[in-house]
Amino acid sequence: MYDGGKILAGLAIFVLIFTFPFWYNIGNAAYQRPKLEKPKEKNCVESVEFMRADHMQLLNEWRDEYVREHITTYKSHLTGKKIRISLTKTCLKCHPNRDKFCDKCHASLAVSPYCWDCHVTPKGDSNEK
Amino acid sequence: MKATYSLFLVFGLVLVALIGVGGLGLHYLFGVIIPYVAVLCFILGFICKVLNWGRSPVPFRIPTTAGQQFSLPWIKQNKIDNPSTMWGVVLRMFFEIFTFRSLFRNTKVELYDGPKLAYASAKWLWLFALMFHYAFLVIFIRHMRFFTEPVPSIFQFIDKVDGVLQVGAPHIYITEIIILVGLAFLLLRRILDPKIRYISLPADYFPLFLILGIVVSGILMRFFVKTDVVGIKQITMGLVMLKPVLPKSVGTIFYVHLFLVSVLLIYFPFSKLMHMGGVFLSPTRNMINNNRMKRHVNPWNYPVKVHTYEAYEDEFREKMVEAGLPVDKPLEQSPAENKE
Ligand code: HEC
Ligand code: HEC
Ligand code: HEC
Repeated sequence: MYDGGKILAGLAIFVLIFTFPFWYNIGNAAYQRPKLEKPKEKNCVESVEFMRADHMQLLNEWRDEYVREHITTYKSHLTGKKIRISLTKTCLKCHPNRDKFCDKCHASLAVSPYCWDCHVTPKGDSNEK
Repeated sequence: MKATYSLFLVFGLVLVALIGVGGLGLHYLFGVIIPYVAVLCFILGFICKVLNWGRSPVPFRIPTTAGQQFSLPWIKQNKIDNPSTMWGVVLRMFFEIFTFRSLFRNTKVELYDGPKLAYASAKWLWLFALMFHYAFLVIFIRHMRFFTEPVPSIFQFIDKVDGVLQVGAPHIYITEIIILVGLAFLLLRRILDPKIRYISLPADYFPLFLILGIVVSGILMRFFVKTDVVGIKQITMGLVMLKPVLPKSVGTIFYVHLFLVSVLLIYFPFSKLMHMGGVFLSPTRNMINNNRMKRHVNPWNYPVKVHTYEAYEDEFREKMVEAGLPVDKPLEQSPAENKE
């Protein structure tokens, strides 16, 4: 093989890069769903499945409705109750500790919502520590 | 026609995943078996292909380069485009791989004012190809957040930079837009330009549509057909730690995305996409142009039996002298003479 050494070295680098996820995790404990702090209340704003997948969109809609149209309540499809639209005063009333709830998931997925640049958190604001 | 054919092929693949997972519930097949087969096929196929290429001899330097080669001291050499040193080649390869220099030199030929022929620089292909490839790279790196725990800060950083616009929640990524624009150009170029349409094959359209399918399914999953992202990370981490788990909360859309990626991985080693490895082995780019400085021996040379002039004259000296032909050695001293 012409330039065999260089070609083999290149292939070794290729394999190393593209198997990165496989060797990087060797020896680590199996991935678990983040353990979240359970609220005392029974129900979230919507069903748990909906919240897991859609809470960002819901918050986005809340924000637009509140700030642009001054709609201050949201009717839950789950319980039919009227809920006050607020990030701090609604979500974080039931889920008061951000570090132990929201950010558990977010850290695991490298999501860092910038909402907390302005909105306050009652407890567990790792930015302020 | 070739484009529609490729498009429908990708639709077909989406349908396979939709029916397989959504209809028949073959989560294990689409979530575990096919991805593993795909990764193996990709890595082994890639290696085989490159080794196969590596076996072809490259005895000669191919100086089809766009610059003055090393010559007399008063002629200025183009050290990168026609390198005579290893560093020149390293730089040339660097610019080729990271900035697509040969695409940058792309020209177009046009007839204008009747039969006048004009050559002009054409940078669009270079620009959109560069956009597409870099967006793809960033997206690929960003996805490492699904394959590492805790996510190393380099991946978090790239994610942050890519999401710096902070539009919407979940926020859009800049690369999502760039890759769509890049793909759109690369596709429309083939479809709208008659010259390029004429030379385009399904092997050109299919990868574009397949990658478009992957991008669109990813964007759909992020913004429209939402599903449980933590569950997705359980699947991806399970796959790379060889302990597959398949949480029920993850929707079919994820399996469609995963299946299209698997198809891309399987297709990769057999397709033109191998230019990812091929660019490193381009003979016109990766060789020092030292044809005139070093002897390069052709390995295909058949071992020719040579007959030197001295031996020839020894053989025919008598006849040559008889015919009055000049000889190097006179007849009297020749060994043939002594015998008589
Ligand atoms: C009335 C109290 C209450 C309010 C207000 C509330 N939640 Fe919840 N939330 C809950 C409860 C209770 C659960 C857990 C339900 C379960 O596990 O069965 C939950 C679950 C969740 C989950 C899913 C966690 C998991 O197990 O994966 C998310 C995400 C979530 N909430 C986000 C929010 C957001 C965002 C808001 C504001 C829009 C909000 N919640 C407002 C009570 C509340
Ligand atoms: C630049 C600062 C800033 C950032 C960043 C920000 N907000 Fe707000 N937000 C505001 C202000 C100001 C209001 C209006 C408060 C009022 O009128 O009472 C508001 C109101 C809201 C409201 C309705 C009122 C309330 O009490 O919560 C929601 C919901 C909301 N924001 C969600 C978000 C979300 C989700 C994010 C992150 C994706 C976010 N915001 C990021 C400044 C900000
Ligand atoms: C079950 C895990 C989970 C919990 C609990 C959770 N989130 Fe999220 N959140 C996510 C995921 C996953 C994303 C990003 C989805 C993606 O990357 O596609 C996200 C994204 C967001 C975003 C959009 C960020 C952006 O800029 O794109 C906001 C805002 C947000 N979450 C707010 C909250 C708040 C507030 C809470 C706590 C009340 C919370 N989340 C709890 C999983 C969770």
